[in-house]
Amino acid sequence: MAQIFAYIRHKDGVADDSALELVNAAKQIDSGAAATAVVTGSGAELEAVCSQVAASYAQVWKVDHAALAYPNAELVRKALLKLLPATGILLVAHDTFGMDLSPGLAVKMNLPFVSDVIAMDSLDGTALKLVRQEYGGMAHTHVTCDTAAGAVINTRAGAFAPDESKAAAGQVVDKSGAVGDLAATRAFLEVVAAEAGDVDITKSDVLVSIGRGIEDQENIELAEELAQAMGAVVSCSRPIVDAKWLEKARQVGTSGQTVKPKVYMALGISGSFQHLGGIKGNPFMIAVNKNPKAPIFQVADVGIVADILEFMPELTEKIAK
Amino acid sequence: MEILVCVKRVPDTAENEIEVKGDGSDIERDDLVYSVNEWDNYAVEEALQIRDKVGGAVTVVSVGDDESEEVLRREMAMGADKGVLLSDDAFEGSDGAGVAAILKAEIEKGKYDLILTGAQADDGAAQVGGMLAAMLDLPFASLVNAIEVIDGNTLKVGREIEGGNQEMNEISLPCVLSIQTGINEPRYVGIRGIRKVASVEIPVHGASQLGIEPASVGAAGAKVRRLDYFVPELGEGAEMLEGDMDEICDKVLELLKAKGGLK
Repeated sequence: MAQIFAYIRHKDGVADDSALELVNAAKQIDSGAAATAVVTGSGAELEAVCSQVAASYAQVWKVDHAALAYPNAELVRKALLKLLPATGILLVAHDTFGMDLSPGLAVKMNLPFVSDVIAMDSLDGTALKLVRQEYGGMAHTHVTCDTAAGAVINTRAGAFAPDESKAAAGQVVDKSGAVGDLAATRAFLEVVAAEAGDVDITKSDVLVSIGRGIEDQENIELAEELAQAMGAVVSCSRPIVDAKWLEKARQVGTSGQTVKPKVYMALGISGSFQHLGGIKGNPFMIAVNKNPKAPIFQVADVGIVADILEFMPELTEKIAK
Repeated sequence: MEILVCVKRVPDTAENEIEVKGDGSDIERDDLVYSVNEWDNYAVEEALQIRDKVGGAVTVVSVGDDESEEVLRREMAMGADKGVLLSDDAFEGSDGAGVAAILKAEIEKGKYDLILTGAQADDGAAQVGGMLAAMLDLPFASLVNAIEVIDGNTLKVGREIEGGNQEMNEISLPCVLSIQTGINEPRYVGIRGIRKVASVEIPVHGASQLGIEPASVGAAGAKVRRLDYFVPELGEGAEMLEGDMDEICDKVLELLKAKGGLK
């Protein structure tokens, strides 16, 4: 069995939630596996993350390098190529960094790459069977790869339960010396913070959230009327922002806002994992979608198979009475 | 600037209910509506806008079967100058690395300053762009939502990262970028546009023209294989409300009152 490594994402000296999820992802591959955490960064923030992660991983490889203070995927890839053994399974969170890092890393390591994995099915010898989704979550698949030489596996946020035991009392090993000089053909300049919108959707207890099912810009009025009747705020999924029908600050999802309402109405939203990733606090969710197969119905409390363009005005009228 | 955009013909998930075949070998493909992968359409629009600003040409390329020609033609109707179809029985069943290897072979036959892909396609893997860049030893950035041409050697690119923030990078040319939706507003393609390119010849390159060893791609060369499609045993999911719209809305109103959804 190839050794399992978990790449730990962190920010401001705090490990990402995925750090605890990858502990269990490794155990789902092999229940006896104790994954080694790999943490790259620089200075005091890196130290803080390593101590935090050592509670959950028996071994933590620390890579302190000034060039890795910001996680530039190209530099992290070059560092990992020098650091990792020729055979090893590397687990990475499938987020905006993991998508940047892993495909190219797998090519450079000549290893199989499996993206956006939601469960490990079974290990038969070195043949690993995994579960993924296709078509925006409308179909599930089993895929397999031979891990004899290792693999790079990106796991979906929230798909694996976090390991909260924190009983590893792990050891931090300084691997900085293995990395050496790092030079990039892509230079990180800065992070431009999201613009604040005219409404802060994160402050609202009730959201009327619209997706592709709204069909046309002029139909947004129907959602606004419903929201007004309910005393709620209109939010949306990604396609509405892509179409420039609503401002970016109204978007719920990993690439938009993280909201914690009490009631969430998902209208014409299919329910991609990126969208659901922005909804926290387990709100009461009512989903309306024309497509009975829409993944949103798996997570909603109440579902209605209907055209939101008929549903919204009818409900608005009922509330008004 | 010579720009290549990689595009894929996919079932349109906004237009279809995807059903898994009884034996799990595939999804039901009868009556599926296909279109160009949404992300790729933004990539083509971005390429056209860059070309129109700094000059050069845009080539669209697709790995697929004969029917993929229609998406190449559609993107040419948008304004792409050339289309190339990479098609061969040996390509069937390729994994992400296989598709990237096929694209690499075509790219090495020409000389491109900028190679664009969509950030992801129907399988949701978001992998071909990054793999292609690594195989070509070129710089790469994923989830690109802004491109500014600094000069003939450098681009400034924005990447979409968590929380609506944008990560700005300077990247040297030639490079590979995977494009996120929303970077621009793709132009509308009318029937007239499609007609204009209806008879343009689209060359088809197979394994031998590309100098690809057939066993290195396709199902034979795949490191990652799809075993089946399946319908998972899911939890209970949502309680589905049925009845006419009037009854449904009465029920929703009740629920909203009970759950604090009305003010």
